Amino acid sequence: MGYNPAYKGINISKVAITEQEKEVFRSIGNNEKGAIEAVYKENYSLIQHFVISNNGTEDDARDIFQEAMMVLYEKSRSPEFELTCQIRTYLYSVCRRLWLKKLQYSRRMESQVENYDKIVAVEEDLEQHDKLTQQYLTMRTAMGKIGEPCKSLIEAFYVHRKNMHEIASFFGYTNADNAKNQKYKCLVRLKKLFFAQYKNN
Amino acid sequence: MEQLQIAELVEKYLKGDLNPEEKEQFETLRKTNPEVDQTVVEYHFFLEEMERYGQVRRFKSNLYDTHHTLQENGDIKDLHLKAGAKIINLWGKYRRVVAVAASIAGITALFISGMISIFSPNAPIRDLEELRRKVSNLEKQSTRQISEFNKIKTKIEPGADVKFGGTSFILDINGYLVTSAHVLKGAKKVYVQSVDGKDFLTEIIHEDLEADIALLKINDADFTPGTALPYGFSKKRTDLSEPVYTLGFPKDEIVYNEGYLSAQTGLEGDTMSCQITINANPGNSGGPVFNKNGEVIGILNARQASANGVVFATKSKNIFRFIETLKEADKDLNIRMKSSSSLKGANRSSQVKKVQDHIYMVKVVLG
Repeated sequence: MGYNPAYKGINISKVAITEQEKEVFRSIGNNEKGAIEAVYKENYSLIQHFVISNNGTEDDARDIFQEAMMVLYEKSRSPEFELTCQIRTYLYSVCRRLWLKKLQYSRRMESQVENYDKIVAVEEDLEQHDKLTQQYLTMRTAMGKIGEPCKSLIEAFYVHRKNMHEIASFFGYTNADNAKNQKYKCLVRLKKLFFAQYKNN
Repeated sequence: MEQLQIAELVEKYLKGDLNPEEKEQFETLRKTNPEVDQTVVEYHFFLEEMERYGQVRRFKSNLYDTHHTLQENGDIKDLHLKAGAKIINLWGKYRRVVAVAASIAGITALFISGMISIFSPNAPIRDLEELRRKVSNLEKQSTRQISEFNKIKTKIEPGADVKFGGTSFILDINGYLVTSAHVLKGAKKVYVQSVDGKDFLTEIIHEDLEADIALLKINDADFTPGTALPYGFSKKRTDLSEPVYTLGFPKDEIVYNEGYLSAQTGLEGDTMSCQITINANPGNSGGPVFNKNGEVIGILNARQASANGVVFATKSKNIFRFIETLKEADKDLNIRMKSSSSLKGANRSSQVKKVQDHIYMVKVVLG
């Protein structure tokens, strides 16, 4: 797909960010499979090594890496953010922070954790990430409470991006209008649940 | 009804799908009616959140798929082997020290026992007899222990109306088991029996009759959780013709069977389940269906009476959904479903060896 890591093996001490790297970064925000795969392939083993040699498991490594990818995605979608270091450095800094936080001995252990790469400050980005995660969870909880068939119907439309005709035939509505009506019924209910949940938090 | 129309109108308005005339009308309505205005503001926020929720879900699923593909292609690998190598290294390093320590201990023991026999040569004969009695005492004691041990094995009170329901398997190493909901029908108490024949009392945490999934928790002081679950749960769709295998209790001991995925849907096109061609019998219900990597792709739950070897299984994504719903209802519920299997690449018999300790027979005491 042309994303293939030409940025492989870049000297870490040089902070020049190539156009290609910026392009990959933009593509992450657009949820493009090729870019995700390239970044994944390029960086996963570094993070895996880091987490596992610091008391983590295989599953921890995957969770931490995927959360860091989520942060990268959020940053790529945010208009104010500009990539000022390499993706690898950024991912590593985020993972390191997330993992130390999870181990809850960040302050005590920070100096003892072996460094794999240089680090950039990510505190603020992670605060923002926590806020977004909280909002995501609010919606997820509301979705969990709405019940079937509303959940599947809304997921089909907003998550899987099916159109009303596809939804009608999949769920067995006689026409798209009926499906649409049902979708709005569900949406009104979900909105109530969402705001109830939102006030709770 | 009115609310639905407002919802539709607002969504169209926010998306810019209204024609100029409708838009103007709507904007005047917004200006003159503060209630409508408030609703628009709410919807704006809510729909943006909805949109973002969808985006995050799509991104997450992409991440998950990528991980899976890269793992399948061998681009990313588990690091387990490294840890094993470390232990071997340590052993190699300290072998000599261990050997020296062991031989010193051995020599000391010999020396002491020699000293005792030298220093007490004329032990009275009575002692020997006593010693024998002690042995027979010990024997008696040990038979009693055996019978007590047997008692422990069958905790179910005699005379209880027991139905040997089916099979269940560990979902989370801390004693959470999953099985088919229909297995537990009419249950007053549910016991599970491990491969080595021990019974454990369980509690039914939740049942979903529609998906035919139930969650059990072993509530028994005798149960010791293992260290790690060897298998994981697959989130991916299984391809047609992929080989699968199952373990279960159609009789008193664990039975292995293998087959392949023959259709993506279950009976009459049911999308929650899939169809497997395999030999299964009553008692296999609730058992896990594994793919070649040792990942659970479903739970066996029924077979077609009119056809031979046609068996249905609830897909594993329903288990994920089931657990997610439970977790949302109860935030303290600490259940983790592993998605990566450490059995990948191992041959079938060594997979089965590792898996079978986590498969349990379900015994239902009817109420």
